[in-house]
Amino acid sequence: MRYVLTFIILFAHWIIWSGIFDAYHLSLGVISCGIVTYTSHSLLFERKEFRAVHIKEVTRFIKYFFWLFYQIVLANIHVMRISLSPRMLDLIDPRIIKFKTKLKKDISLVTFANSIILTPGTITVIIEEGYYYVHALDRKVAEDLPGEMEDRVGHIFMEDRHG
Amino acid sequence: MAPVAVVLISIGVFFMFSGTIGFLRFPDFFTRMHSTGKSDTLGIVLTLTGLALYNLDHGLTLASFLVSLKIMFIAIFWFAGSPTVTHAITRAAFKSKIEPWTKDGRSVIDWPPDKEETK
Repeated sequence: MRYVLTFIILFAHWIIWSGIFDAYHLSLGVISCGIVTYTSHSLLFERKEFRAVHIKEVTRFIKYFFWLFYQIVLANIHVMRISLSPRMLDLIDPRIIKFKTKLKKDISLVTFANSIILTPGTITVIIEEGYYYVHALDRKVAEDLPGEMEDRVGHIFMEDRHG
Repeated sequence: MAPVAVVLISIGVFFMFSGTIGFLRFPDFFTRMHSTGKSDTLGIVLTLTGLALYNLDHGLTLASFLVSLKIMFIAIFWFAGSPTVTHAITRAAFKSKIEPWTKDGRSVIDWPPDKEETK
């Protein structure tokens, strides 16, 4: 199953990047995608079986992405207002905040860390022993952490049920 | 399609402009990373979306559609790459003990703070 999926994804990319549709180039694509699939199929999909749960994960992730984009726009406007304000030094209150996370899986830790960085005003500095060190630009952006975003990330990867 | 593209590109350029202003004005390393690393994500995505739409404006053929698709791929890779780079640089600064600029001298605090601290 994962051979087929990897091959389909690779071949779709081949078509997009080459943009040439004669038999010669397409057969070259089939051959090279076949070789790459054979050598590195385990890189893209680690698991061997696919269940309905995993498709659900993907749809939840896409939903989460749209919510994240909305948050990015909001936070971007906030940071833009700070950086253009004449009283900039009064508005900011930067520091590194340290909080414990309830996420366990690697993939959710990475997603949460990347989401924190993508939201302007906060940067994940380091993750150590279950603690996130986040540099926050002012109190308002710091108050949103960990909050709703962590719950949503936990919800995507189903950590709210299995712990 | 062209007016939409122009609006998107203008907004994107404005975000990147404000990011640069912030980079010049903020007081220290970490706060500067805020404005360069991130105002750019939204700025780049909006600008590239505008460019992709503008490219479709000259006739919707397969070739121009593929070019627009490639432009959108740049935006997606930027979305994945930019936070990683920001994190790597900030982490390196933290490890080499660069002190963040703070108002009260406490650079690392537990969160959420106790009630007495917020007063």
